[in-house]
Amino acid sequence: MSKNKLFSGTVGAVGGFFDRFRRQSFAYPYVLWMALFVVIPIILIGVYAFTSAQGTFTLENFSGMTDYAPVFGRSLWLAFLATVICILIGYPVALAISRADSKTQRILLMLIMLPMWINFLLRTYAWMSLLENTGLINRLLASIGVFDLINSLHAGDAGYSPITHFQLINTNGAVILGMVYNYLPFMILPIESVIVKIDPFVIEAAQDLGANSGTVFRKVILPLSLSGVISGITMVFVPAVSTFVISKLLSNGTVMLLGDLIEMQFSGAAYNPHLGSAISLIMMVIVVICMSVMSKFGEGEEQAVVM
Amino acid sequence: MAKELIRLEDCRKEFDGEVVLDSISLAIKDKEFLTLLGPSGCGKTTTLRIIGGFLRPDSGKVVFDGVTINDVPPHKRKINTVFQKYALFTHLNVYENIAFGLRVQRPKLSEQEIERRVHESLELVALKGYEKRSVSQLSGGQQQRVAIARAVVNKPQVLLLDEPLGALDLKLRKDMQRELKQIQQQVGITFIYVTHDQEEALTMSDTVVVMNKGEIQQIGTPLDIYNEPKNAFVADFIGESNIIDGVMVSDHIVRMYGRDFECLDKGFSPNEPVDVVVRPEDIDIVPVSQGQIVGTVTDVTFKGMQYDIIVDFQGFKWLIQTTDHSPVGTRIGVKIDPDGFHIMKKSEYSGLYGDYSSYSAEYDELSADPEGGGQEDE
Repeated sequence: MSKNKLFSGTVGAVGGFFDRFRRQSFAYPYVLWMALFVVIPIILIGVYAFTSAQGTFTLENFSGMTDYAPVFGRSLWLAFLATVICILIGYPVALAISRADSKTQRILLMLIMLPMWINFLLRTYAWMSLLENTGLINRLLASIGVFDLINSLHAGDAGYSPITHFQLINTNGAVILGMVYNYLPFMILPIESVIVKIDPFVIEAAQDLGANSGTVFRKVILPLSLSGVISGITMVFVPAVSTFVISKLLSNGTVMLLGDLIEMQFSGAAYNPHLGSAISLIMMVIVVICMSVMSKFGEGEEQAVVM
Repeated sequence: MAKELIRLEDCRKEFDGEVVLDSISLAIKDKEFLTLLGPSGCGKTTTLRIIGGFLRPDSGKVVFDGVTINDVPPHKRKINTVFQKYALFTHLNVYENIAFGLRVQRPKLSEQEIERRVHESLELVALKGYEKRSVSQLSGGQQQRVAIARAVVNKPQVLLLDEPLGALDLKLRKDMQRELKQIQQQVGITFIYVTHDQEEALTMSDTVVVMNKGEIQQIGTPLDIYNEPKNAFVADFIGESNIIDGVMVSDHIVRMYGRDFECLDKGFSPNEPVDVVVRPEDIDIVPVSQGQIVGTVTDVTFKGMQYDIIVDFQGFKWLIQTTDHSPVGTRIGVKIDPDGFHIMKKSEYSGLYGDYSSYSAEYDELSADPEGGGQEDE
């Protein structure tokens, strides 16, 4: 403190200027990175979206967009469901972790992050082999006689054909499962980090004023942790709405999401980067709208710090 | 005074095998302003938290209005707390902070009733017109007022205050002391106040409970505690004291430095070793020839209202507070009137306090606001 004072006292305004200059310059690598790999690509997407293969301005890329409405709808719906499930599972987990002593907390957080050490593709492939018709789950169910039992129950039914497996993979459910599995930590971590920061005396104050534990949760913990929930929603919904690997692997193309559609325009047989850019642009707009609606709920709350 | 409201019977509390409260027994009367005073770690906050219901004593009883309430959770006690760092609800504005306790009541109160009582509380703490403010926009003093208004709006029978003024600056603290006392008289309820600040305790309290090492050292009025400290710890903790080894020769005669002094105390056995307390303000500086004892000034500090003079009497350093300046190195005599002595029985604290050899260090510690008063016991 006194050192600082001495500094500004002797060096004065010049020192202040250099100070500021030097501090700003720390941000330059990041600014450069952002410019090269975020801003320019977005501009390129914009340019591609409004041009034809001949390079002339056109709105044609958007005109056929209604054909893809079901894909948009499905993507948003599945991402929404995955996000809701993540909140329902993640919030209680975050609450439980935050109540443990600090050593247990560290271990539990570690366990939650542990799957992230394994490659994302590998984890999703693992789910494939679990969910397949001849996968681990169906084989396990067969070995304990579940299908035999079902078949025997329906043995007399007219037109009944015996089943050998449950259809797990290639369903909406499988895609949602993949999303929840992969993105759940991103829901738990921001919520947990906000809840642990709630002053325990604030909770005691609520009890002191006559609130039982249910009321304390409803009127104090929940509103104070909302900013974490909003961060969590952002961090789950955005990647979920644009994913293509999860849907590709766990639905084998039967559940087409926006990510798959865009990917096809760039690397698939339907090569059309102009259409792909147009779809990307619309998806971006939708995501931005969703997020700004979300942040309305969290207005006035301090921004949640992630991890 | 009024009837007894709260009684602690042999309350004991350990944390991880460490005894924080050692069989505390305490009776608190209705409508009294009682202060738990002691250094950090003395168990005062633990005692408060036991009364508030946030801690359960390992053994012993907490009796409220004749009923044992050991197992009653905080939200069912007619006791409210003003927390050390206010613990306001940052997601609610001033009005809703204060209304919190009313809104959780069942059966539900009408909106008009809530509004009336919130305004009444705001008026009590002189914060009218701040209803719509966000609590984070308020100054420390204003946040403190909101915390008090929030706690009294439920009309509790007892208000617990855990170092509520600890975070405020000196001037504001003095104003709030006066105001708290007024609020207590206005609402007419029992205040149990925790502080490490002896001056605060003496200013506001009807009863002071001095604690150390999980035990009650002395219970009494501020005047009792100051004038008749029970042991060297209390004498040293409350105000400044020179505590000298002495022998009670007979009633009214105490011997120290091989010299007999006249005093007012009696009832000790003949030649009983005692601790003699002499307050720095009860000592008169006189010419060497007239002095009862003679010593050398080793340190002088100007304190505004008086000089703090450290005088070496045969290796034992005394603190004398006087308006007369005596430069370092002068030989002075001192005279102490019989009522300037207070004689205490020997205790475990004998010899630990009351020597001003390490004067400057000790003084800094005393005048500076000791940190972390509330972090104790945790």
